[in-house]
Amino acid sequence: MSKELIRLRDLCMAFDDEPVLNNINLYINDKEFLTLLGPSGCGKTTTLRIIGGFATPTSGDVLFDGVRINDVPPHKRQINTVFQKYALFPHLNVYENIAFGLRMQRRPDPKDPKRMVKIPNEEIHQRVMEMLEVINLKGFENRKPDALSGGQQQRVAIARALVNRPKVLLLDEPLGALDLKLRKDMQIELKRIQQQVGITFIYVTHDQEEALTMSDTIVVMDKGNIQQIGTPEDIYNEPKNAFVADFIGESNIIDGIMVRDRLVQMYGKQFPCLDGGFGENEPVDVVIRPEDIDIVPVEQGQLAGTVTNVTFKGMQYDIIVDFRGFKWLIQTTDHSPVGARIGIKIDPDGIHIMKKSAYSGMFGDYSSFSEEYDELDDASLVPDEEESGDET
Amino acid sequence: MKRKGTFLSRLFMALVFVFLYAPIALLIIFSFNAGSSNTVWKGFSLDWYGKLFHNRLIMQSVYTTLLVSLLATVIATVAGTFAAIGFYAMRRRVRQPLMTVNNIPMMNADIVTGVSLCLFFVAVFNGWHGFAVWFNQAQRLFILEENLHLGFGTLLIAHIGFNIPYVILSVGPKLRQMDKNLVDAAQDLGCTWMQAFRKVILPEIMPGIVSGALTAFTMSIDDFVISYFTAGSSASTLAMTIYGMTKKRVSPQINAISTLLFLTVLILLAIVNLREARQERLSARRAG
Repeated sequence: MSKELIRLRDLCMAFDDEPVLNNINLYINDKEFLTLLGPSGCGKTTTLRIIGGFATPTSGDVLFDGVRINDVPPHKRQINTVFQKYALFPHLNVYENIAFGLRMQRRPDPKDPKRMVKIPNEEIHQRVMEMLEVINLKGFENRKPDALSGGQQQRVAIARALVNRPKVLLLDEPLGALDLKLRKDMQIELKRIQQQVGITFIYVTHDQEEALTMSDTIVVMDKGNIQQIGTPEDIYNEPKNAFVADFIGESNIIDGIMVRDRLVQMYGKQFPCLDGGFGENEPVDVVIRPEDIDIVPVEQGQLAGTVTNVTFKGMQYDIIVDFRGFKWLIQTTDHSPVGARIGIKIDPDGIHIMKKSAYSGMFGDYSSFSEEYDELDDASLVPDEEESGDET
Repeated sequence: MKRKGTFLSRLFMALVFVFLYAPIALLIIFSFNAGSSNTVWKGFSLDWYGKLFHNRLIMQSVYTTLLVSLLATVIATVAGTFAAIGFYAMRRRVRQPLMTVNNIPMMNADIVTGVSLCLFFVAVFNGWHGFAVWFNQAQRLFILEENLHLGFGTLLIAHIGFNIPYVILSVGPKLRQMDKNLVDAAQDLGCTWMQAFRKVILPEIMPGIVSGALTAFTMSIDDFVISYFTAGSSASTLAMTIYGMTKKRVSPQINAISTLLFLTVLILLAIVNLREARQERLSARRAG
C-alpha cells in the first residue's frame, strides 16, 4: 500500500498562455484509490490526461516508478483509461471491444525472446471471458455497444481497460452519464473491482459524495491548484480553507478571531474549540457543519437567531437561521416553524478553525440557499470538458 | 379564395416540373425513335443505341471519362479524407477560414475555374519549357520533354482538384460526430496513431468517405466546362464529345448517349441520397 508509484513534480500546463495547472506536486501510491475532486475547469481532467500521456505538460515532470515518462506515448505506458462517455468502439461488439488491447499487444516469444509475437487467440479468449465475469456481463459478447444500457457500457469500458492488466487505471468522470441509483450501485461495484484486481485507481469527479464514498485519498483542486490532499475523513473534518469546506459537504463559514489556543470569538462571543497554533487575536474562518449544531431554547443558547426557511429532507429538516444578517444552514430532526426565535449550542469538537485564505468570504453563507441547491443540480448535468482545451 | 390559391400554386408546381423534365423526357423518348427526326415519331427502335456502341469516337470518350472519373475519385477521396482529418484536428480559429477557402471552388462558376486552370497550366508549361531547354543543354544524360500540352494529365489534375472539396465536405461531419475520445482510447489500448486511424477512425467515417467518393464520381462524370478548358485537343470526355457532335449535325445518337449519361448520374445520386437517409435513421436510432 505504501510504495510510491507515480509522482507529479512541479507540473504546469497552459493552453494558449492560459494557465490550467499551477505547480502540481503529488505522489500516488501503489494500489491506492485516489480521487481528483473539483469543479469544472479546475484542472483535474488535464492532470489525468497528462498521467495518461494524452497531453504534455508545459513544464514539470511525470515520474512512473521513478522513471520520467513525460515523452512516453500513451500506448507505451502501463496505464489504461476509462473515458468520459465510455468511448467504446461502435463498430466492434463487446467481445472485440474488450479484446482490442490484447490484439494490439506484442510480447517476446517464450521460445525465442528476440521475436515479438501476438498473444494467442486461446489466451485472449480466456482473458476476455475472465473480464466478462468480473463485470457480470457473461452472455453479452456479441452485442454492439449501442445495444447496451449506460451501466453495461460503463462496465465494458472498465473491462476493456483492465484486461490489459495495467498498473494504473485512470477514470475520467466514468459515472457522470448514469442516473443516481445506478451511480450508487456502480460506486460500490468500482470499489469492489479495484480491491479484486488490486491496482491503483486514479479517479476524476466533481461529485464530492462519490469521492468520499470510494477514495483512499482525495485531492481537492480548484483553479489549477491543489487545495488539499487527505483521506476522506481529513478532508471533511479538517478542511484547509473555505473552498474545501464549502465544496465538501455543507458548511457554515463564519468570520472569527482566535482569542488564544482553543478559544475562538464569533459575533462578539467566545466559543471553546479544539484547535490551536494560531497567533493571538488572529482573524480566522470558522467552519461549523450543519449537523453539529444543537437547537436549544433561546435562553440556553450560545447564539440566538430567527428561522427563515424550513425544508423537509426525509431524515432531517434543513433549516435556515438568520444570525444578525448571516444565514446558517442547520440540519436537525426537530421541527422549528418559520419565524421562530431559537438558540443554538455548538460543542467544541463541532468547531473547526481555518487560516484566512483567498477564498475567505466567498462561501459559507446560506442567504441564497435555494438557488445554491439549483446550481448544484445543474452542475451535475454539465459535462466537464471545458478544461481539456478543446473547442468543438 | 383559398381553393384558388391552391389551384394556382399547383399549376405553378406543374409548370416548374414540365419545364424541368419535359426536355429530358423528350430526349429519352426520341432516343428510341426509328427515324432520324427529333420531332416526328416513326416507331420504337434501339438502332441509335446500337450505333452508339459502334461509334469509336464515343466509345473512346466513354473510356476517357470513366478512367479520369475513377482515378480522380480515388485520389481525391484519399487526399480529401486526410485533409478532413487535418481540418478536424485544427483549432476553430484556423479551421473556419480554411473551410471557407475549401468551399469557394464548389460555389465558383465552372467557367472561371476552367479558364483559370487552363491559364495556369499554360503558364506552368511555359516555365517548364524554359527550364527543360536549359536543362537539356546543360547535360546529355536525361533529356526532358520540352513541350508539354494540355491532355489527359491536366484533365486528371483538374478533376482531382474540384473533387477534393466534396470529399472534405462529406467526411468532415462524420469526424465531428465521432466521440473524440475514440482515438485516445485506441492509443490508450496500444495503437500508434496510424493503427488507431485504420482500426477506429476509418470504420467510423467510412460512410462519409463512400458518400464523398460517390459525389466526386458523379461530379467528374458529368463535368463539361472545366474538362473543356483543361483537356486540350488530345483527350475528350463524353460531355465534350456530345458537345462536339451538336456542332455538326444533330444525330439521335446524341439522344441515346445523353439518356445513358442522365441515367448513370441519376442512379449515382439516388445511391448517395438513399445512403444518407439510411445513415440519418441509424444515427437517430443510436442517439435514441
